[in-house]
Amino acid sequence: MAAVLESLLREEVSVAAAVRWIARSAQSSEDDPGEAAALSPLRPLRKEFVPFLLNFLREQSSRVLPQGPPTPAKAPGSSAALPGRPGGPPRGSRGARSQLFPPTQLPSPAAEVPSARRGGRRRGPGPARERGGRGPAGLEEGAGGEGLPWAASRRPRGSGSPGSPSLARSDPPNLSNLEEFPPVGSVPLGPAGTKPSRRINPTPVSEERSLSKPKTCFTSPPINCVPSSQPSVLDTSPWGHGLPPGCRSLQEEREMLRKERSKQLQQSPTPACPTPESGSPLPSRIGNLTAEPADPAGVSSHRRLELVALIYSSCLAENLVPNLFLELFFILQLLTARRMVAVKDSDLEPSPGALDSLESPLFQSVHDCVFFAVQVLEHQFQVLSCLDKGTLKLLAENERLLCFSPALQGRLQAAYESSVAKVSLAMPPSAQAVSFQPETDNRANFSSDRAFHTFKKQRDVFYEVLREWEDHHEQPGWDFEKGLGSRIRAMMGQLSAACSHSHFVRLFQKQLLQMCQSPGGAGGPVLGEAPDVLSMLGADKLGRLRRLQERLVAPQSSGGPCPPPTFPGCQGFFRDFILSASSFQFNQHLMDSLSLKIRELNGLALPQPEPSDEDGESDVDWQGERRQFAVVLLSLRLLAKFLGFVAFLPYRGPEPPPTRELQDSILALRSQVPPALDVLALLQQGLRARRAVLTVPWLVEFLSLADHIVPMLDYYRSVFTLLLHLHRSLVLSKEGEGEMCFLNKLLLLAVLGWLFQIPTVPEDLFFLEEGQLEAFEVDTVASEHGLDGMPVVDQHLLYTCCPYIGELRKLLASWVSGSSARSGGFVRKITPTTTTSLGAQPPRTTQGLQAQLAQAFFHNQPPSLRRTVEFVAERIGSNCVKHIKATLVADLVRQAESLLQEQLVMQGQEGGDPAQLLESLCSQLCPHGAQALTQGREFCQKKSPGAVRALLPEETPAAVLSSAEHIAVGLATEKACAWLSANITALIRREVKAAVSRLLRAQGPEPAARGERRGCSRACEHHAPLPSHLISEIKDVLSLAAGPRDPEEGVSPEHLEQLLGQLGQMLQCRQFLCPPAEQHLAKCSVELASLLVADQIPVLGPPAQHQLDRGQARRLLHMLLSLWKDNFQVPVPLQLLLSPRNVGLLADTRPREWDLLLFLLRELVEKGLMGQTEIEACLGSLREAQWPGDFSEELATLFNLFLAEPHVPEPQLRACELVQPNRGTVLAQS
Amino acid sequence: MILTKAQYDEIAQCLVSVPPTRQSLRKLKQRFPSQSQATLLSIFSQEYQKHIKRTHAKHHTSEAIESYYQRYLNGVGKNGAAPVLLELANEVDYAPSLMARIILERFLQEHEETPPSKSVINSMLRDPSQIPDGVLANQVYQCVVNDCCYGPLVDCIKHAIGHEHEVLLRDLLLEKNLSFLDEDQLRAKGYDKTPDFILQVPVAVEGHIIHWIESKASFGDECSHHAYLHDQFWSYWNSFLTCRMGTIIVPTSWS
Repeated sequence: MAAVLESLLREEVSVAAAVRWIARSAQSSEDDPGEAAALSPLRPLRKEFVPFLLNFLREQSSRVLPQGPPTPAKAPGSSAALPGRPGGPPRGSRGARSQLFPPTQLPSPAAEVPSARRGGRRRGPGPARERGGRGPAGLEEGAGGEGLPWAASRRPRGSGSPGSPSLARSDPPNLSNLEEFPPVGSVPLGPAGTKPSRRINPTPVSEERSLSKPKTCFTSPPINCVPSSQPSVLDTSPWGHGLPPGCRSLQEEREMLRKERSKQLQQSPTPACPTPESGSPLPSRIGNLTAEPADPAGVSSHRRLELVALIYSSCLAENLVPNLFLELFFILQLLTARRMVAVKDSDLEPSPGALDSLESPLFQSVHDCVFFAVQVLEHQFQVLSCLDKGTLKLLAENERLLCFSPALQGRLQAAYESSVAKVSLAMPPSAQAVSFQPETDNRANFSSDRAFHTFKKQRDVFYEVLREWEDHHEQPGWDFEKGLGSRIRAMMGQLSAACSHSHFVRLFQKQLLQMCQSPGGAGGPVLGEAPDVLSMLGADKLGRLRRLQERLVAPQSSGGPCPPPTFPGCQGFFRDFILSASSFQFNQHLMDSLSLKIRELNGLALPQPEPSDEDGESDVDWQGERRQFAVVLLSLRLLAKFLGFVAFLPYRGPEPPPTRELQDSILALRSQVPPALDVLALLQQGLRARRAVLTVPWLVEFLSLADHIVPMLDYYRSVFTLLLHLHRSLVLSKEGEGEMCFLNKLLLLAVLGWLFQIPTVPEDLFFLEEGQLEAFEVDTVASEHGLDGMPVVDQHLLYTCCPYIGELRKLLASWVSGSSARSGGFVRKITPTTTTSLGAQPPRTTQGLQAQLAQAFFHNQPPSLRRTVEFVAERIGSNCVKHIKATLVADLVRQAESLLQEQLVMQGQEGGDPAQLLESLCSQLCPHGAQALTQGREFCQKKSPGAVRALLPEETPAAVLSSAEHIAVGLATEKACAWLSANITALIRREVKAAVSRLLRAQGPEPAARGERRGCSRACEHHAPLPSHLISEIKDVLSLAAGPRDPEEGVSPEHLEQLLGQLGQMLQCRQFLCPPAEQHLAKCSVELASLLVADQIPVLGPPAQHQLDRGQARRLLHMLLSLWKDNFQVPVPLQLLLSPRNVGLLADTRPREWDLLLFLLRELVEKGLMGQTEIEACLGSLREAQWPGDFSEELATLFNLFLAEPHVPEPQLRACELVQPNRGTVLAQS
Repeated sequence: MILTKAQYDEIAQCLVSVPPTRQSLRKLKQRFPSQSQATLLSIFSQEYQKHIKRTHAKHHTSEAIESYYQRYLNGVGKNGAAPVLLELANEVDYAPSLMARIILERFLQEHEETPPSKSVINSMLRDPSQIPDGVLANQVYQCVVNDCCYGPLVDCIKHAIGHEHEVLLRDLLLEKNLSFLDEDQLRAKGYDKTPDFILQVPVAVEGHIIHWIESKASFGDECSHHAYLHDQFWSYWNSFLTCRMGTIIVPTSWS
């Protein structure tokens, strides 16, 4: 594997070829033969490359990142890749960052010892190193666990590298390896006699943890960072309940103090600092930790880092790594690396020629790390831009990023500014008030009065238990099993009949859904206040309030980038209830019920709104659809999690079976047990119907609770293979028809990535042979309208489903707070302000009570009442937004238009910069948007009661009716105001912008022509011939004139006259006229005139008289002149009359007659259709053309005649006639 | 008035390899006196376009272009006033306007340094007096005015018909008091591809529910309404044909 990386670094193999090589099994024709040759001997190792790369990077960064939460490198051993090395590392240590790195690539032991030591202390300054750093590790161990805690407690490693001292010493601290760092007070796992370390671990963990692997499953912080309120799965060990958290922390603090004191005594003046936990460094802890500045100039080897970054990014892009977000987390760790554990410069000096190889460390300084991280981030911009606004802000404000890539910083800044994805990291609110379900109270559902009575009693017990749990579970020292276990079991004992079980399970499931769903999905009432008060706050203050709440409430870390499955909040109650009840019947009924509900929800036809309707007002409706999807998805995840929990409960054990034989026998046994729910079929269906975005997230929840054997069973193996295939296919950069929406993909990648890091999922599963992958091709031919293609996932849902993505933000935030001393501080202080402006606000408790009252009200009423009220609120809220848009916003747009008109008049045609104009208009008008809230409130107040009244039964009691009306008004107002306060400014801006550009466009070309365009009178009945007909007729005349024609073909003068008459009518009516038709008609009429002047129109009649007589021609020309003057509204191309081609027509006639042309020209001037000088210019240019000699002369005469006597038509005519032989007729006609 | 498929086929039958000229149309009119000229022209145009689509490529090989150009040069060398280009087009069974375009393009290639842009060619076809060569200008003009199936004038006529029928349809909808959204309103709402009209309240016509109406200014090709047509063409502009969810109006009359 190293060979592959080396050939990449030496640029023998291009990155693209390498990625193709990794991703595909077949040789591609695109590959350069040389490259193929370089890679082909390594073919069997292909699947080892990605794990190797990941481990390589982790190893290389180990000197930089000892303090942060180590990023897990969950990758199988590369034993196959390096045959010379005996075996892979033991399974137990697979999480360690450096486990797989060959010892040959490490610096010499002499250099390594101080490095390891400093890596541990992190901030140990010079003197400390001078004093003890050089000593061998063994000496440090003698120091009683003070100097090198990890060394002190380290057990000899398994089969991995016990004999390699350099590896042993160079191993970075695996801080979350519980084997190495047992929590305080626990019995060390190491050899007897090792002193307990001063490892501080806030969360109880015991060896009996049955689900997450206790020792090394995650090297990420999950296990010890899980807040005590949400213990890990099945945390029923004595640690979980025995020791009260308060006592524990007190103990820890004492321990810490003691150690600190002794250390200070020992090491002063070295500033002491406790070894941090492996969780995200908390700001308070690292506040005094200054980071080493990173400088682009200090980067050691640009090319090498670029290449590695490129191949790494390509692997990310192709989904070749198990968990995208884990890698991002790792990259951000590199970006925020505080300082490098220095190795003496001489040791770092790369030997000549070794620069390209892997001999020298990849990251020689913080500069290198940051450079590498920024390189990768540049490739990952698309994903970054989809993160929440807070993360984007932190990234955009990161000064290292700005320093290393101003371009990327600019893009991030732009993404931050345009992002609307404000995501609160606050945990979903916990237990709601206990709700009573009147539906289940129905006697008709029970076989006998007795059964009904028993059920009611049990329900009471259940709620009693629940209430007690609500009251006590946060108290220290309270234990679920001790407090409630016996009561629960007693209650279960009463549920004898099968039907009572099913009733109870239904209640249980309903309660579960009601309590554990984050209420309202997106944009729900976070604070639980009455909606009007929140909307009174205005968008800005509301946002601040929410942020403030978030900062106060959000847990600092929810367990690293890869937490194990947990049951947070009230889910814990249900889990503990199931465990305490330990009733087989109950579990079976629960599984049945959960499976049914999952199938039902999974198959639910979710509404599919018109995606093309991008209008602002439909945002409101679309949000509703999205929220519904979110509710269904979250319900499914919850149900599936509990189904997985119950279904795999009997098989759960702490460890996979130790021996192969045992495992085989278990497999044989288990493989005949039918699955609790046919998830394979459901997954296949989901993929086919393009609903993976709904199916996969809950399936992942289900599988996350599987036991160790499950992934080895053929059935589930198929499921995993299918999921792997899906994971690989979700290439984020692919866009287009039939592709999944970006955020949908991101959600699936996040949940799948998380699943692949679950301890029970074997790590080699991800790096399967491709052959196995391809055998599982799924035909996703089905419907084009699957959910996958619709933007159903938003950032809020993404972060709700995958709270661990928020770790990225926390990591960045901790960097900011750590470096604030130097950079001036991005962390803004929360300034408390008085609430005087909200004088009307009732005390908080009243509001909470109000909400509870509303809930209670609904519980006592038929469910249809609640549905009605919610429906009315939903619709009225949506209508309100539409109404505001049609009234207030439309008014503002009209104001904008008139303001703009004024401005244009003032500044003249040129106006100013349109963008500037727009800005000034918006700044004038947007403040008026504030009225929207008042108007919206009025609208809801006015409309909601009537709708509620119309929809509820006539017989509804007055009190109930008025309460329902009030609640509907409140909900509608909340909905409308929430949307308006967030969007009104943007909406006004958008509408004004559209109006301004419309107006400016209209101002643009030919304003006059547009202005005077007139239609026919009201009395017109539009009987004029159609324009198409006239064009067609005139075209016929033109084609007759142009020939060739049969001898009998021709037009009658009457027909021509009629045609021109119709043209006049049509031009007056204009009902059916469009500008292109008019333009063509104008041009055709000019051509017709030219033909008349040249006497080229074949006239029907006796063969001798195939010409129009003068009088007719003149009459027709008069008609044309008046059409041009009075009827045409488009410019008529009159200059064509004097084009060489049309004048040339005259050259063919014998004898030539010029009087009509002269007549026409004079009339044109007379009627003001053409200017004298314009005609003169045309005539002038005519003379330049090549003509027969006599024609030129006549043209010159005409020119002179036209020039000689302008403006006096009658005498001119006579003068003209002097030239012509048949002047008598002309005179007679005129 | 209904034009059956059989009638249509009969007319189409007579149009096989007939040049698209005034004379052909006159003969057609004599052969089918019961049909209006506009109907016949519409069918003629439709059929001829199909023919051109099939044979278009062979006229655009470089050998063909070169031989046409040489024949044109020979022809006008002998007599510039004769309808050389028009006859050439008729002889090789190609639309005169399109032949004029081929020759004009070839001519400009020879006389200008840079190859002519499409817009220049189009503009010259619209107004042949811009063509630098007087003889060619006349020849091109003759082709354009004699072609009843192609060329800028025919395009304009078709466009005008489309517009007229939209106006007629709108008037009819207004008259019948049917509430509708027109294309401009639909575009303002963000739809990109829209029919001419969407009815805000669907109506049923002869058992078919109509949601939208699209007016086609020519004979709709068969594939667009095959499912509901069987062997009939509705041949009056206000006959609605349902097609999937909506309706396409197919006028036969060009006037």
